[in-house]
Amino acid sequence: MSEQKTTRDQPSLNVGKLIRWIAGILLLALIGWRVYQTAFIEGSYGPDTWMRFIIAGLIIGGMYSLIAIGYTLVYGILFMINFAHGEVMMLGAFGGYFIFELLASIKAPSVSDPNMNFLNAYPVISVLLAFIVGTVVSAVAGLLLERIAYRPLRKAPRLVPLISAIGASIFLQNAAQLLFGPQRRQYINPVILWRGTGWSIPVGDTTVLLTYTGTLSLVLSALLMIGLFLVVQKTRLGRSMRAVAENKQAAALMGIDVDDVIGKTFIISGVLAGAAGVMWGIHNGLFNHYVGFLPGIKAFTAAVLGGIGNIPGAMMGGMLLGLLESVGPAALGIDFQLKDVIAFTILILVLIFRPSGLLGEALSEEKV
Amino acid sequence: MMLEVENLNVYYGAIHALKGISFHLEEGEIVALIGANGAGKSTSLNTISGLLRANPGKIVFEGEDISQTPPQDVVMKGIIQVPEGRKIFARMTVMENLEMGAYTQPDRVKFEENLEAVYFRFPRLKERQKQLGGTLSGGEQQMLAMARGLMGNPRLLLLDEPSMGLAPILVEQIFEIIQSINEQGTSILLVEQNAQMALSIADRGYVLETGKTVLEGSGQELLHNPLVEEAYLGG
Ligand SMILES: Nc1ncnc2c1ncn2[C@@H]1O[C@H](COP(=O)(O)OP(=O)(O)O)[C@@H](O)[C@H]1O
Ligand SMILES: [Mg+2]
Repeated sequence: MSEQKTTRDQPSLNVGKLIRWIAGILLLALIGWRVYQTAFIEGSYGPDTWMRFIIAGLIIGGMYSLIAIGYTLVYGILFMINFAHGEVMMLGAFGGYFIFELLASIKAPSVSDPNMNFLNAYPVISVLLAFIVGTVVSAVAGLLLERIAYRPLRKAPRLVPLISAIGASIFLQNAAQLLFGPQRRQYINPVILWRGTGWSIPVGDTTVLLTYTGTLSLVLSALLMIGLFLVVQKTRLGRSMRAVAENKQAAALMGIDVDDVIGKTFIISGVLAGAAGVMWGIHNGLFNHYVGFLPGIKAFTAAVLGGIGNIPGAMMGGMLLGLLESVGPAALGIDFQLKDVIAFTILILVLIFRPSGLLGEALSEEKV
Repeated sequence: MMLEVENLNVYYGAIHALKGISFHLEEGEIVALIGANGAGKSTSLNTISGLLRANPGKIVFEGEDISQTPPQDVVMKGIIQVPEGRKIFARMTVMENLEMGAYTQPDRVKFEENLEAVYFRFPRLKERQKQLGGTLSGGEQQMLAMARGLMGNPRLLLLDEPSMGLAPILVEQIFEIIQSINEQGTSILLVEQNAQMALSIADRGYVLETGKTVLEGSGQELLHNPLVEEAYLGG
């Protein structure tokens, strides 16, 4: 391995590298100039607006991070991109939605309000139930995906499970459309969690709204990421996951049931994606069977940005991407519709200039 | 008889790697499997460990057929392999590597006991317990690999080329350690290309050639067998 690394850094290969760097620096200069113009010369946005962009970026970034962790965990163990992971998130969104619908249909009359339903009588329990059911649905989906679409192909050439993943993604999207219809549905939150309600934070002479749904998402994302980190670093399961990621054969020789650990990795990835799906629904409201597609690709971008296979990288990549696509259009003075373009531009730039990502080590031969 | 391997056939796809290998090991013995590169030594150990499947072939450990047993259950039975090339976990600390070795052993008290014994045997590992495995030298990695194996309470230790790539002085040290592990009651199946060293500490040995057992005898007999001398001892 070390020999290959050194040949890769041979100075003789540096012409291509030089061109890439010059192109990169020019691009950065261009972006820098554009940001300078819009932010300081045109002066079109006040600090309150920037603050709104940053808050929105962190909230969506937290969801990207949760989904990105799933890509990175699976890649770390199987060296494959689970392209159906966005659909796992989508199923979680449906799970939470139907729980809210169900709880809203259960009457829980009180003295003051005879029309009260369970959702509003017990909002904390309701939200908790939505997250539990959403994550369980996604965890089961992840596990089945592994069993049915990936495990039989474990020994096949690496392109094969990738194609299977794309197939599974299309299948799940279409299955959801068949089951739930193509129409957009809307999460009806408990009243205390209505979208657009929140705390007003004074900034300069105006205020910035910090929504309850956004706060819930951000706090929960942070807690889940801390929890995941502790599981991976401190528990027996976490150690066995790291061992399997490093060397399956050696892990098996330690007495680790490798298939079992792979299954549990998909379960954990599913739980995180499912939580992101329910957050998406609660925070953004509208969704349908397509809801996993864009966040899926963006979270993949985030995972690549952070260094695929690297867990802190996925967390950081998600937050960074959320921020960039939220602040980016304003900073660059481009149309807000173009925010998705930012994510894909980043993906392409990372793949060209630093395919191992920001925190990633140089990809070893085995993983390429 | 502790381990009996009978007519082991193993294929990698269309490649017939083991063509009916048979050998056995009594409790308390050191048995050496020697042979050139590609003879099928690692394949034999991996099949015993359950990583590969015999087709056909029989592996009996303490009276029980384990030829269909998955790797984690083989480890549970006390057959522990220290693989070729060490395969320590480079991105885990020395301590975490040792914890992985004890993966099937939930008993915390026994763990502390084993840890102490392992650190007594390999004092360098204690000094480096917080270091990442990948930062150790080759010799230290081999010691870590063996220590990791010992953490699982082996009854039978399968050692695959423990001396590979080590300086002569370290090779000697490793073989001394192997003998002392054996003296403390662990049976050892030792795979080596270094036939000289392996046969000199082995009770018995087998010579493998292109997937077959071609010779067997006591360590001393094989060491002085003219065919072995010529082929494997550079004589
Ligand atoms: N993963 C594999 N795929 C295909 N053939 C293999 C593989 N591993 C080993 N072989 C072949 O099986 C035979 C025995 O290999 P091995 O057991 O590694 O030999 P040894 O350990 O004695 O050097 C060799 O011919 C080798 O090329
Ligand atoms: Mg070998």
